Amino acid sequence: MRDRNNIEKPLQDLVDDSAKERENIISVFQSIQEAFGYIPEKAVNLVSKRLNVPASRLFGIITFFPQFHLKPTGENIITVCRGSACHVNGSERLLNRILIELGIPPSEDTTDDFKFTVEKVNCVGACSMAPVVLINNEVCGKITFDALKRKIGKIRSGE
Amino acid sequence: MSKNIQIKVCTGIGGVAAGGEEVFAVFREALSSAGIEAAYGDRCSAHKVGCKGFCARDVLVDVVIDGDKTTYQYVKPEMVERIVREHVVEGNPVSEWIAGDDYEQYYSGQQRVVLSGCGEEDPEDIDSYMRNGGFLGLRKALIEMRPEEIIATVKNSNLRGRGGAGFPAGLKWERSFRVKSDIKYVVCNGDEGDPGTFKDRALMEGEPYAVIEGMIICAKTIGSHSGYIYSRGAYTSSVRHLQTAIDKCYERGFLGRNIMGTGFDFDLRLFKSAGAFVCGEATALIHTIEGKRSMPTPKFWSAAEKGLRDMPTVVNNVETFASIPRIVLKGASWYRNLGVENNGGTKVFALAGKVRNTGLIEVRFGTPLREIVFGIGGGIKGDRRFKAMHIGGPSGGCISEESLDIEIDYEQIAAAGAIMGSGGLIVLDENDCMVNTAKFFLEFTQVESCGKCTPCRVGTKRMLEIMDRITAGKGRDGDIELLEELGHYIKATSLCGLGMTAPNPVLSTIRYFRHEYEAHIQGRRCPAGVCKALITFTILEDICKGCGSCKRVCPADAIRGTRKTPHRIDSDLCIKCGSCFEACKFKAILRT
Repeated sequence: MRDRNNIEKPLQDLVDDSAKERENIISVFQSIQEAFGYIPEKAVNLVSKRLNVPASRLFGIITFFPQFHLKPTGENIITVCRGSACHVNGSERLLNRILIELGIPPSEDTTDDFKFTVEKVNCVGACSMAPVVLINNEVCGKITFDALKRKIGKIRSGE
Repeated sequence: MSKNIQIKVCTGIGGVAAGGEEVFAVFREALSSAGIEAAYGDRCSAHKVGCKGFCARDVLVDVVIDGDKTTYQYVKPEMVERIVREHVVEGNPVSEWIAGDDYEQYYSGQQRVVLSGCGEEDPEDIDSYMRNGGFLGLRKALIEMRPEEIIATVKNSNLRGRGGAGFPAGLKWERSFRVKSDIKYVVCNGDEGDPGTFKDRALMEGEPYAVIEGMIICAKTIGSHSGYIYSRGAYTSSVRHLQTAIDKCYERGFLGRNIMGTGFDFDLRLFKSAGAFVCGEATALIHTIEGKRSMPTPKFWSAAEKGLRDMPTVVNNVETFASIPRIVLKGASWYRNLGVENNGGTKVFALAGKVRNTGLIEVRFGTPLREIVFGIGGGIKGDRRFKAMHIGGPSGGCISEESLDIEIDYEQIAAAGAIMGSGGLIVLDENDCMVNTAKFFLEFTQVESCGKCTPCRVGTKRMLEIMDRITAGKGRDGDIELLEELGHYIKATSLCGLGMTAPNPVLSTIRYFRHEYEAHIQGRRCPAGVCKALITFTILEDICKGCGSCKRVCPADAIRGTRKTPHRIDSDLCIKCGSCFEACKFKAILRT
């Protein structure tokens, strides 16, 4: 992930690059999010100018898809699967306990120190391993809260 | 020393979650050392393969010596050394780790056609696919068959759309074929956004070449030269395997210009979706590729005639395309006869929930649901009682025990109040609350409603409020009837499949489990002990040993007590998470 404070230049380059070869607005935003972890407002305005599409329309597209973040995310992303198999195997309880453990207040998803973001996903397609949690895209199947707490502890202590 | 040894490690999603990548790395390392390489050279090799199906037993590893297959289950990296030493080198399989009779039973009730290569082939290796008959169907379609013949074959096979609606694939192709246009598109719908199914993921990941081959055959048939595979961006390994497969097909001349020397051109691109459930709807999917908000539009004409950029577009599901090569190769009647009347062939399902054997299964049409739960699935975990089977994801419905004798068939499942959907089978047991389950699915469709049509946007919200009220113990008389009325209106007046099916989970649970709704509303209790507002946890003082394990797990610090004296739960602080209930070894915690 790139430096968040200095985004002007890399952003400009990225928008130029992806707009050149991609016909699709969604793909452009996907590569922006991949590089910065979220879609900065500046990026929306740049894309708007570059592709000659009103920014309002771009916001409409971004907010339509749950994958896109308009706010900065934490360094580590914990994704809790909320698919039906995970639901019947206790993912809701797991999610609540993670939020309590990390001290994330209701209606927020990121810790104050930007270490962790907790997000939900409809289904990661690992239903037979329910409940499933992804930690930075690493799939952890049949996970218990205790095992997860250990993993979070390891990340915190920098291992 | 002429032995040919292959080790196949499952690195499907289940395999990876259980540690398949490490197991594979350790195998590869073990084989390159210990003089094995010197003794066997390239006749001994380790391969990553796609989902083998029986995910509950992952990591699964096949050791194939001269075609003789032995399967190990629950393989951990530390077990590899002994398997290599005793089985590979000395020729004595490690009997205690071999998958047993129930492993056989899991597969014996199945008929693997689409999945036949999944778990056998290395999904990143095109040669592995070609050794198993890959691209022979394409060769036949390109060289020996006219488009009309291919359409007739697909029609006669009775292959119906595997995305859920079951529209005959051959008919869709024919419509597109009949339209005269220089530009036509073939789109593979791999948006699988439903919670509770992973069959498309397993196919895209485990057999990407079969999907691509099916698409090229379709393109040749309708006369298209450009196609897209629309896959969920969240499925990172599907995206990776598909991209590798596309690149290799270009290298080998199966994609691009002058395919297999026949003069036919076809370009294929991968499109990563940004994850919205409604994108699985054909018109919404098309708008996403066009770079718009994914909102469905009215179908005055079918996409097959006027779809992407207003050009004729065949949109088929991953499984539909993956079935095509074998249908073309082996003939329509072979495939048709695997199924029953009007439902040709086989169907892939993701079996999950409370059954013993979870995983990916493929059965013939006409297989009774009971056989899937108690035969292939091995019955309910922990010997609890079966309560319901949820079919078809959030748009589907729950089927109770008495309807379990219906067979896998689009019409029979629809008549029972569910839909075939994308192939998720979730088994629920007596500890699951049906009202809560229906609410869960409704929450999902409510959030995913694109907001275009009022009945869906507002109607599902109102239904959800009623469900919230019922599960909170504040249900009113007449709520059940109100839910039914609203549900029927939403179904009748919504534009797309999302709205038309969103009330299904509620309506089907009311149909089969009305007594549970009544217990919530009139009795103010949740019979399964799930709905938080309707349950309380108390510690039985005469059983409690004061061990403190409940206190340690309580996230709300609601449990008080000193060691070796009975503990107590402070009901004001209790968040009813149930952690103490699970932690107590003495069954001293009562959930009422």
